[in-house]
Amino acid sequence: MAIAHEFAYHRAASLHEAVEVLTRAGPGAWVLAGGTDLVPWLRDDAVHPELVVDIKGVPGLSDITVEDRVLRLGPLVTFTELIESKLIEDHLPLLAEMAETVASHGVRNRASIVGNICSAVPSCDSGPALLVLEADIEMLSAEGTRSVPITGWFTGPRATVRRPEEVVTGITIPLPEGEHGGVYLKLQRYEGEDLSQAGVAILALEGNRYRVAFGAVGPVPSRAPSIEAHLEGIDLTAEAIAGAKALVGDEISPITDMRATKEYRARMCEVMLGRGLEAAVSRRDGTGPAYGTRLV
Amino acid sequence: MKTPITITVNGEARLIDVEPSDVLLDVLRTGLGVKSPKIGCERGDCGTCTIMLDGRTARSCLVLAIETDGHEVLTVEGVLQNGELTELQDLFIAMNSFQCGFCAPGIVLAAREFLAANPDPSRYDVQHALAGNLCRCTGYEPIIDAVLAAARGITEEVPA
Repeated sequence: MAIAHEFAYHRAASLHEAVEVLTRAGPGAWVLAGGTDLVPWLRDDAVHPELVVDIKGVPGLSDITVEDRVLRLGPLVTFTELIESKLIEDHLPLLAEMAETVASHGVRNRASIVGNICSAVPSCDSGPALLVLEADIEMLSAEGTRSVPITGWFTGPRATVRRPEEVVTGITIPLPEGEHGGVYLKLQRYEGEDLSQAGVAILALEGNRYRVAFGAVGPVPSRAPSIEAHLEGIDLTAEAIAGAKALVGDEISPITDMRATKEYRARMCEVMLGRGLEAAVSRRDGTGPAYGTRLV
Repeated sequence: MKTPITITVNGEARLIDVEPSDVLLDVLRTGLGVKSPKIGCERGDCGTCTIMLDGRTARSCLVLAIETDGHEVLTVEGVLQNGELTELQDLFIAMNSFQCGFCAPGIVLAAREFLAANPDPSRYDVQHALAGNLCRCTGYEPIIDAVLAAARGITEEVPA
């Protein structure tokens, strides 16, 4: 089935040029990166841009760098590039573990992590991982640059704080201090190529501090402050895990849809939280399962 | 508005006029007569439209043709070596990996890319790598067997 909707196409040579074109065109203009969400949405007649601005001609947007203990992802970094990056493996293997669960190989070769959070579907895998890493999203507009913490990024299903004329220029992540261990668990109907039924990301830090985030069990991916507060400063005993699991119901608001019932999602979030906490702590302490090991 | 673009398809520069809304899969098949990428789900799930775009597998149903102006596409038509099938393709035939063959072009390209990066894979690795290429005939086992055989470099004594 062809795309029925007509639109103009512009290949930007720089991000400043992209911003100029987007600003002139108004809200009917869309940014095109990997296209793995935008093209099917166009085909489904779900979005109706007058203009599509392709940023893939802009050099340098696929860079992954670490400078002054801040890891930076360019706006075209794909999930495959996250999986293959030595910098990611050395500094934040949680991101590679998450990336390996996204769609399938042929999609990961094109799909960008920035596109994933701009599409902002509630089940996006990047959301929980970036939440526990306390990432910031950098944007450029005619007014200049601004940076938004990921906690304030998602505003609803398929909605973010990004204005139509703004271009995301990168994601920055302050590298956690000291020993740390991360984990991303994704519940799927079958392994390989499925959207998340529920996702849990956890980062275990020194001093028994924990960050916990859920995806696909609410309108937006979100941190779980009550669980983090409950675990703060204590060793991960069976009692501590049981207490954390008991708080899951307060932190999520799952729905029933074609992929799972809300009851199944809620119960599995407890199971995944327990397994994930043990994995994150043991990874922090150097004894955990290798990153990429399936834990659910 | 139609725009002229040039795509290098299987080593040959091809000039064609496209609308911004034209999808690469349709342009390859209808505009350029390259029929190996198949029209399946048209939403990136099934893998039958798989091509190589600048050296990486991509879903041609998820790419606008106009994005590929100046880029290189390889389809299974361009995989032949000196007019001969590759060892991987021979193994797919020898091991009856496909029945209807609809998924075969995509799986050949996906497996080829995978083997180039993973010369010594486990069965699980192959399953994981091909998870995005659906086959509705065979149950996948003979496909995975052939990819593993190709990795082992076995060209003789394949099961009849």
